[in-house]
Amino acid sequence: MSEPFRIATGGDVKAGAPLTFMFDGVSYAGRAGDTLASALLAHGVHLVGRSYKYHRPRGVLSAGAEEPNALVGVDGGAGRFTPNLRATQVELHDGLVATSQNRWPSLAFDLGAVNSLGARFFSAGFYYKTFMGPRAAGLRAWKNVFEPIVRQAAGLGAAPTAPDPDRYAQFYTHCDALIVGAGAAGLAAALAAGRAGADVILCDEQARFGGSLLQERTATIDDAPASAWLEAALAALAAMPNVRMVARTQAFGHHAQNLVGLCERVGDRDSAASEGVRERLWQVRARDVVLATGAIERPLVFPGNDRPGVMLAEAARAYLARWGVAVGRRVLVATTHDSAYRVALDLRAAGVGVAGVVDLRDAPTGELVEAARGAGIRVLAGRAIKSTSGRLRIREARIGPVASTEAAQEERIACDALLMCGGWTPSVHLHAQSRGKLVWAPAIGAFVPGQAAAHVRSAGACNGAFGLAAALREGDAAGAAVAGGSARAYATAHDPPQTGARDIAPARSAAAKDKAFLDFQNDVAVEDVELAVREGMRSIEHVKRYTTTGMATDQGKTSNLNALEVAARALGKAVPEVGLTTYRSPYTPVTFGALAGASRGDLFDPVRRTPIDPWAQAQGAAFEDVGLWKRAHYFPRAGESMAQAVARECRQTRASVGLFDASTLGKIEVVGPDAAAFLEKMYTNPFAGLAPGRCRYALMLNEAGFVIDDGVVARLAPDRFHVTTTTGGAARVLHHMEDYLQTEFPQMKVWLTSTSEQWAVIAVQGPRARDVITPLVEEIDLSREATPHMSVREGRVCGFAARVMRVSFTGELGFEINVPSEHGRAVWEAVWAEGASREAVAYGTEAMHVMRAEKGYVIVGQDTDGTVTPDDLGLGWAIGKNKRDFVGKRSLARPDIVAAGRKQFVGLLTEDPAFVAEEGAQIVDARGGAGGAALGHVTSAYFSPALGRSIALALVANGRNRIGETLHIPIMGRTIAARVVAPTFHDPQGALLDV
Amino acid sequence: MLLIHCPYCDAARPELEFRYGGEAHVARPADPATVSDEAWAQYLYFRANPRGLHAERWRHIHGCGRFFNALRDTVSDRFVAVYEAGAPRPDAAETKR
Repeated sequence: MSEPFRIATGGDVKAGAPLTFMFDGVSYAGRAGDTLASALLAHGVHLVGRSYKYHRPRGVLSAGAEEPNALVGVDGGAGRFTPNLRATQVELHDGLVATSQNRWPSLAFDLGAVNSLGARFFSAGFYYKTFMGPRAAGLRAWKNVFEPIVRQAAGLGAAPTAPDPDRYAQFYTHCDALIVGAGAAGLAAALAAGRAGADVILCDEQARFGGSLLQERTATIDDAPASAWLEAALAALAAMPNVRMVARTQAFGHHAQNLVGLCERVGDRDSAASEGVRERLWQVRARDVVLATGAIERPLVFPGNDRPGVMLAEAARAYLARWGVAVGRRVLVATTHDSAYRVALDLRAAGVGVAGVVDLRDAPTGELVEAARGAGIRVLAGRAIKSTSGRLRIREARIGPVASTEAAQEERIACDALLMCGGWTPSVHLHAQSRGKLVWAPAIGAFVPGQAAAHVRSAGACNGAFGLAAALREGDAAGAAVAGGSARAYATAHDPPQTGARDIAPARSAAAKDKAFLDFQNDVAVEDVELAVREGMRSIEHVKRYTTTGMATDQGKTSNLNALEVAARALGKAVPEVGLTTYRSPYTPVTFGALAGASRGDLFDPVRRTPIDPWAQAQGAAFEDVGLWKRAHYFPRAGESMAQAVARECRQTRASVGLFDASTLGKIEVVGPDAAAFLEKMYTNPFAGLAPGRCRYALMLNEAGFVIDDGVVARLAPDRFHVTTTTGGAARVLHHMEDYLQTEFPQMKVWLTSTSEQWAVIAVQGPRARDVITPLVEEIDLSREATPHMSVREGRVCGFAARVMRVSFTGELGFEINVPSEHGRAVWEAVWAEGASREAVAYGTEAMHVMRAEKGYVIVGQDTDGTVTPDDLGLGWAIGKNKRDFVGKRSLARPDIVAAGRKQFVGLLTEDPAFVAEEGAQIVDARGGAGGAALGHVTSAYFSPALGRSIALALVANGRNRIGETLHIPIMGRTIAARVVAPTFHDPQGALLDV
Repeated sequence: MLLIHCPYCDAARPELEFRYGGEAHVARPADPATVSDEAWAQYLYFRANPRGLHAERWRHIHGCGRFFNALRDTVSDRFVAVYEAGAPRPDAAETKR
């Protein structure tokens, strides 16, 4: 298939066999070195997408990262579909499959274009008005009219559905100087810094280094053509071992202290060569950063400025010089800036028909203007584009005097491409992200870098210094400065000065029908911004959000300043008075794959497993996630439901004995002469009088008096305690203790050591617990008298050093065997073997929860919510009455804490014994009517095998005084009656513990 | 990601190794029992939240584990000084650049 618009070769395009690619189901030929955009333009294909709101036909606007229109989905096979890529940046490879977006059923015939007819519905503030209008009407209109339309019609691209099979690498590095952008300024900076010996990283978003030098045909540097200088510069840099050059790498975020995020496209074209790495995320910590990011050409704002074929002028120059592609056969140029004349001259020199240059300035002068006139190019000064026509491609433009509204004065000029230049906007994005200040430069009508953050410099066009000579001079100076080298001078020639005019606002022609677009990607037109101002928006941040201008995936690279000028004009203010929206990372979209890197699947989060975990897996346990832990939830037998398994585990534990893996408990070894005094500060309980060998249930409060954790404090020796915490609270509790120890009580001689993972914990609970473990235990007398409830003994279990605590979280006779983790599984299996003849059962966390609820034992974080005091829980007994101080004590005397009516921990028995309340369900006093006053909520609810009915725990206002009352739990359309009871359902006297 | 200089390790380390600990120099009253309700509420809940230099606590939790204090500019995020827990707040004039 021939490429009718490929009129030259060289530049980026390599000789050799053509490549084949597909766009919207049509096969095309392209060349190695092409972008998808250049390859399509070589075939005269401008129409590449439909716009977001109005589904207007849209064509390629630019040749770079700023592209708002030519967004495509690239399908690299299952899981390799990437939406919203800019065709101007997609490198062509053989077999590439790309599709246009936001059109149905096809690009050329799009039903969504009827949105243009309903344009008034999509005016500025459409979303706000729809939601904020008269409530009933707004809701109805939204549900029935707008939502279906918006869902069908809106949206950019489609999210991929299959998992991404590629790998994404992440890379951290340091350097003396990170240089962003490898155009003339960046190269000069890299040469200067590299020569001075600095460790340099030079990155550029494109496949080739050179920036605008790649399309420079006339200028010379040091008497060599720009292209020859570029080649020599690249060779010099490649020879410097201290310079790393990374192409295809977008610097997308510039954070504090010069941390810069780069995204390198590694394997888009050839995943075999990249070992499956598709993209690499660099996190560079640079001592100094030189920004040489160039400038972006600004579109002109006129009715119909969005037709396919209407492009940025410099883009046409790039397509010609780099890819040998003529963007049309008869090209019209419209400009406020000299640089577009250079484009016209290059096109004319290549044999492309130039219909003329429409210059909004009254009397343009200068070397380039004269050169154009000299070349016979018609210059229409003081004229503006009044409108365009053409269905899927521009066919004609109407030209009239800038200030005229009369159609009669308009001249019609046929063209198949219209190149526009509204001046240049320095790319200050990274400078602004790094918290550099911006200042308004009236001469170029743009913001330029002001005060920079420490160790950040801007050079060349991004600094507002346009032209080759300025780029080289500033780049060289910046590179020399960061590396302590000396500057040198470059001699440039044949690079005529270029100036432009700003703030020319052509009058709208009476004959114009189309909107004049500002933001092409979000379909925001001049009238939208003007409407926003009329409706009271004053801040540019409000205008932006109301109209959505600059909020598309291109972040307004081509549109923000034009929108700002329109807003300023409507407000009657100068641009700098209106202000600027905030520049935010990322500069261009970054894939989730690059950001996630290896953190996916099994590596998404660390997984913690206990030493006994493999045994539970072999038994077929169902697991649940508790923090990062995998915990055995229950152990179903064949054919058993979860409820049946849990009921069996509970019944069997209470009837004979159950084994439970409690290894996840947090454990802290508290040691030192002041250990007891320190724990007295940390917990509500007294410990001074706790004898070695004894345990105490302990409550931890924060300074505000609220319960934050509980556990068991076991005294092993006068100066040594084994403290347990909740599974989820282990790290938090240690941090809390360290905080007080280091900052409030630094004089105390105490050492804190986390031992959570050093001990495996096997809970053996039930009336036959002692029988099961006695044969395995040495050096400890486990009798009722020698080892009473709440005591701790050190000895041996299965020959291993062990701490055996007689504690119970089930209400039954219980022991917790602590052995070093590496022996946990062996000891568990020995206990399990001993239990075989005593009807032992393994139980999981669900049965543990049920049994503790039958006893009314609190789970901190489930039955408490950070606003619950010990007294609220009925645990006032745990407070050491004679202690003058502990963390939280003072707050327990605050007026709100001692006030009547606080929510208190109670039990609930629903009238329907089969009904298990929902945890979190509200509790109301239904005497007050259907709704009733909200009194509290259900914190825990289960079916209790011990009681043969449902039970619940709850926090209820004034709950202890309501024992005996009936309250109500509203659920979906009805209320459930429940009686308030004491929160202990099973063995309230605790007789079973003392055996 | 900020780089934070730990005064104990005497090294700059990424923010990920640290945990923020709120305003510094909010000393717990030596004998809370004698403190009025109002003064106790001040101690519990009232914090400075300045625009500018803020003395705050950090813990090098994934490093040496020590708590230290820092003077940070809340506008620029710049750490003006880091100092050991218990040391007085450095004179802001001294630390101005």
